[in-house]
Amino acid sequence: MRRRELLKYGAATTVAASFGQRIARAADPSVIKFGVVGPKTGPLAPGAAVTHFPNFKLWAYEINQRGGLKLKDGMHKVELIEYDDRTQPPETIKAVERLATVDKVDFIMPVYATGFNLAVAPIYAKYNYPLVTQACVTDQMDQLIKRYPNIFFVQGSTTSFAQAAIDILKKLKDDKQIGNKVAVVNVADDFGIELANAGRPIFKKAGFDIVYDKSYPLGTQDLAPVVKAAKAANPDAFVAWSYPPDTFGLAEQAKIEGLNVKAYYSAVATAFPGFYQKFGPAAENVLGAGGIKDTPEIRAYYKAHKEATGVDADYWGSPFYYSLLQMITQSIEGVGSMDLKAITAYLKSHTFKTIVGELDIRNQKLDKFYTVGQWQNGFFNAVAGVGFTDYSPVKLKTSWG
Amino acid sequence: MTSEAQAAAPVPVTKSTGHRLGITGREWRNLAIAAVLFALAAVVPLVGSGYVQSIAISIAIYTALATSWMLFSGPTNYISLATAAFFGSGMYIVAGGLDLAPYPVLVLLAGVAGALFAAVVGLATLRISGVYFVIFSLGLAELVRQIITWLQHVLGTMSGLYVYVDRSEEMFFWQLLALTAVVYLVGWWIGRSRLGFALRIIGNDELVAVHCGINTARAKVILFVISSTFAAIAGALVAPRWSYVEPTIAFSPFLSFQVVIMALLGGVHRLWGPLLGVIPFTLLWELISANFPAQTTLLLGAAFLLIVYFIPNGVVGLIEDALRQRGEWLKSLRLLLVRRSRDA
Amino acid sequence: MDIIIIGLLLGATYALMAMGLQLQYGVARIMNLANGEMLIAGAFGTFWFYTASNASPFYALIGVIPLAFAVNWAIYRVLIVPLVRRARNQGQLEVDCILATFGLSFILVGILLAVFGGEYLSYSYLARPIFILGEPYGLNRVAAFIGSLVLCLGLYLWLHRTRPGLALRAVSVNPAAAGLVSINVTRASALAFALGGAVTAAGGVLLSMFLTFDASLGVVFTLKALIIVILGGVSDIRGAILAAFILGLAETTVASLVDPGLTLAAAYLLFMAILLVRPEGLLGRRSS
Repeated sequence: MRRRELLKYGAATTVAASFGQRIARAADPSVIKFGVVGPKTGPLAPGAAVTHFPNFKLWAYEINQRGGLKLKDGMHKVELIEYDDRTQPPETIKAVERLATVDKVDFIMPVYATGFNLAVAPIYAKYNYPLVTQACVTDQMDQLIKRYPNIFFVQGSTTSFAQAAIDILKKLKDDKQIGNKVAVVNVADDFGIELANAGRPIFKKAGFDIVYDKSYPLGTQDLAPVVKAAKAANPDAFVAWSYPPDTFGLAEQAKIEGLNVKAYYSAVATAFPGFYQKFGPAAENVLGAGGIKDTPEIRAYYKAHKEATGVDADYWGSPFYYSLLQMITQSIEGVGSMDLKAITAYLKSHTFKTIVGELDIRNQKLDKFYTVGQWQNGFFNAVAGVGFTDYSPVKLKTSWG
Repeated sequence: MTSEAQAAAPVPVTKSTGHRLGITGREWRNLAIAAVLFALAAVVPLVGSGYVQSIAISIAIYTALATSWMLFSGPTNYISLATAAFFGSGMYIVAGGLDLAPYPVLVLLAGVAGALFAAVVGLATLRISGVYFVIFSLGLAELVRQIITWLQHVLGTMSGLYVYVDRSEEMFFWQLLALTAVVYLVGWWIGRSRLGFALRIIGNDELVAVHCGINTARAKVILFVISSTFAAIAGALVAPRWSYVEPTIAFSPFLSFQVVIMALLGGVHRLWGPLLGVIPFTLLWELISANFPAQTTLLLGAAFLLIVYFIPNGVVGLIEDALRQRGEWLKSLRLLLVRRSRDA
Repeated sequence: MDIIIIGLLLGATYALMAMGLQLQYGVARIMNLANGEMLIAGAFGTFWFYTASNASPFYALIGVIPLAFAVNWAIYRVLIVPLVRRARNQGQLEVDCILATFGLSFILVGILLAVFGGEYLSYSYLARPIFILGEPYGLNRVAAFIGSLVLCLGLYLWLHRTRPGLALRAVSVNPAAAGLVSINVTRASALAFALGGAVTAAGGVLLSMFLTFDASLGVVFTLKALIIVILGGVSDIRGAILAAFILGLAETTVASLVDPGLTLAAAYLLFMAILLVRPEGLLGRRSS
């Protein structure tokens, strides 16, 4: 019986303490509230833990460090209200509704991943919050823009990612640096399937001979058969439209099997700092989705990110996420109030100076982004993109070190 | 939403008295009460904010799923984790067929497909029971998901499908509420039919049922089909709300678990039992998610354990205990009064 | 040939995932849905140990096994015993256990999240080829294979050659009768549960050498382990080991000869087909 009482007492104090916290933080009316929803648990949580949550934390920290957001009526501190959607669409919908109607936040940040952003788009539209999507890659941007006047896309279409990766291989082939045989594998899930299907005709058109083309299920624990079969097809280049756990698994297997292709590409999570931490020099010259130009601003960003959040930012979404927040900041301060319609209009009518350069999102699609990166000396350099002019040259992969 | 709880409460499940026409006066009264309370529930989205609506929709989804789950699993004691298999199939039929047929047709089609699918599975799995059936049903959902993903790869379609059907929030809720009402009506009808009677015997002792000349296999399959059809229709109704359907989300094993757990928490031997699990459960989870965003998962687990330990027989058990205690208390009070008056 | 070797390596991986649950479910009769989280905890512990000390992950076993044993012992005594006491029959206990361990898995995920964060954690160890019959295989997988064999064999011998092992087997056959021949059933069950937890965590240590983990991934391992245990027939550890290797071989064969996209579908299909033919699993006994 005493154990039970202890349990009850413990639970009661926790509840009370946390409510206290909540009431305290809602007290100051001059603070501007920003809502954040994303998965802290569930299948998408690890991606969000790198790309989604830390950026908001860093941004809020920096804004408050400099005294707050500058509106017409003075400086305002900002505050984040975060909810965990446990990677479940109904929870995401509920959490966004809660932010809009219960917490009455002044602004809602995008949610994480394609399906979730699309699921909440009608709610953002209903309450006029601009939805500057991130980690949202779709081939239906134009239809969606027609549907939602408040939606913004900052990444390219699925096709543009496949196109860019294949263009790089084509250039290597045309320069006679690699042959025309390519092995393609993909994870049988979402982005992996879409990339594979988008890529197939592009490979053909570029004059490649696809010597191996198979999918494997999400969460496959042993990729040895896949890599072995791909190697047996004797390709000149290897392309994996892969997802985080298998991006790691494929690289490890390729290293073990000695899949010594001159061009090795894996899609999502190659840009994660964990990739280089795991493979070290073996990761050199691995190609992947994303990439970022190495500039002093970007280096400073990585340093600040690590210091403020304790997490290393990735080399794809993270810096762009942060740039988005810079755009939002500039829009809010340009408008001078939290008038959501005016902020949307501002985004649609201005260009912005950010850590990745001058950005333009006037037709609801970002004008530039990077599509392919390559690990070079421990930095995931951008080697291809849309709208930028200056890319690092592609290097051939010599070995797995 | 408590109105819904009261709505369902008085519907009798076991009353099947001598009236040839079937429906007794008491049942008419209860049906009327249920109808009124459903009507009251239907007003919720008109008065509540968007947030209240989204909670109401959650409750409606899970009530429909948990109650239809209980229709099969309650009387037979077969714990099925296949809800996601049917729910996801329903979603995919809508998502995949939207260019080919109008939405309402697809919803019906989802129901038919769910029924056929369940009939095949039901006939195949009759020999399996107990924990083997539990895991078998779980494997079923995963199998369907794997096959659908693989087909998408082979056929070269997109993995995520976009579902745009213009529906207001209220409409979603009303559709789901209507589905729930149908689930209740069917459940009520089963309860008072020969089928329901047969099932109760099966649930108590299958051997006895066989000796009574009951075709246990047929009864079980019919129930499984009914229950799965509703899950498929629920999936079809929810698909447009999620806008974008992908296998990992449509066939989430977590959905199956959540449905089972809500139903078990409520109680599976009364038609209104699952509802009493769904409502407090959804509200409690909502309370935790809203107030402890950083430790949501941890506290959900803790709340869960507390429920399991302190409400051992589900919410229905809690209510029945309370009723019984009140009855005994009244009885002793009456005894006391009688004794008093006699002494005086 | 390489299909067989890869299949055996994968089978050993699956055996590592499933053996612990087999002890917990087959002997202690606790359907532990928090089993996968224990595996993740073992893997995370190793990650932490490896990145901090750079010593071989095998040394992590020294710490992880006793710790996991103690934690699981405590879980059994505190959380499970009240459920066993109040359960009127096996069905009731099963339902209660599903509910309780479901909640427990949430708590463990929450704790893992708070301690290690939500990112992917993986490190590189023994990620170099070892040549068997002229074909390269991952040395870390081969090492895990050997570890798995040692564990399987050790558990089997312990269960079949020692007195406590005999007691555990007796409990697994019939707890009531075991009680009659002066076996302390609660103690034996606690032992089986704790041992199962320790074995699972040890599996996590070995798997962490080549798999990438995150805090929410536990459920994936729980489901796989459940399927293997059920496929094997719950009451016999040999069944689980056999099932693990059958699945490993089947998946590899399908991946190599048919289409890697169908591996998991094939695994589930095989699982369901076997259950349809043998409703009590491979080595299961028909329950009375």
